[in-house]
Amino acid sequence: MSVATINGTEFHVDAEGFLTDYDQWDQALAEDLAQAIGIELTPRHWEIIAFLREDYLAEGETPTLRRTAAGTGISIKQLFELFPGKPGKKMAYIAGLPKPRGCV
Amino acid sequence: MITVERNVPSIVPDFGDTKPTTRKLAIICSKGTLDMAYPGLILANAALGEGVETHLFFTFWGFDIITKARLDHLKFTLLGNTATHVPQGFGGLPGMTAMTTHQMKKQIADVGVPDIREMLGQIVDSGGHLWGCRMSADMMHIDENDLYEPVEGIISAADFIEKTEGAQLLFI
Repeated sequence: MSVATINGTEFHVDAEGFLTDYDQWDQALAEDLAQAIGIELTPRHWEIIAFLREDYLAEGETPTLRRTAAGTGISIKQLFELFPGKPGKKMAYIAGLPKPRGCV
Repeated sequence: MITVERNVPSIVPDFGDTKPTTRKLAIICSKGTLDMAYPGLILANAALGEGVETHLFFTFWGFDIITKARLDHLKFTLLGNTATHVPQGFGGLPGMTAMTTHQMKKQIADVGVPDIREMLGQIVDSGGHLWGCRMSADMMHIDENDLYEPVEGIISAADFIEKTEGAQLLFI
């Protein structure tokens, strides 16, 4: 486990930089994480992030794209537009969760 | 203009945005059984989620995966598959293929993986490209109207090779 520093505060992260402590996350931090990977958060993004965090608490694992689309009603196509390139990993990163491990 | 100072974390994951990926994946699906349809579709879906341009080419028996009338009815049989560790004689009993197909569909659904139609839909929504093989279509007297709508076209093997220049290739 490593420690990442943001504005003088230390956060526990894994080797890649994903947060490892669910409770260290807050909305201001999400803004910074999003900014760091070039994403400006809109209400749509927040809706997804809220679902991810809620679902993680309930299921103990980060939802996949398919599960996120089903749970939010936001299509997979839109998820790719909102979090371009690697949507599953980017969503998880901003939401302060581990990478999804499901295949589909 | 107002400049907002943001705090950048000292460790940021590499999502590959700094160096645009030229990675491409070409998957040739040549089998039409339920168990051999999934590997190509799952890998395509995974590649797309990683931002990799992905093309699937359906040929020979693999054509069933994109044929409207058949894609919901792919089957799984014990026959010729010793990896089930069931004596081969059982595989030929009446109703056995229906039973094993039902069982496999249930196992696939239990791990949260959608059926073939939904899997194809997800691949297309994720930006994947589906192509049918010209020779197989001619052999089976199939045209575009018989195919799952998002299939982009029926093309020759040479066309597919041209479209997937530089791609990593997977034959299933």
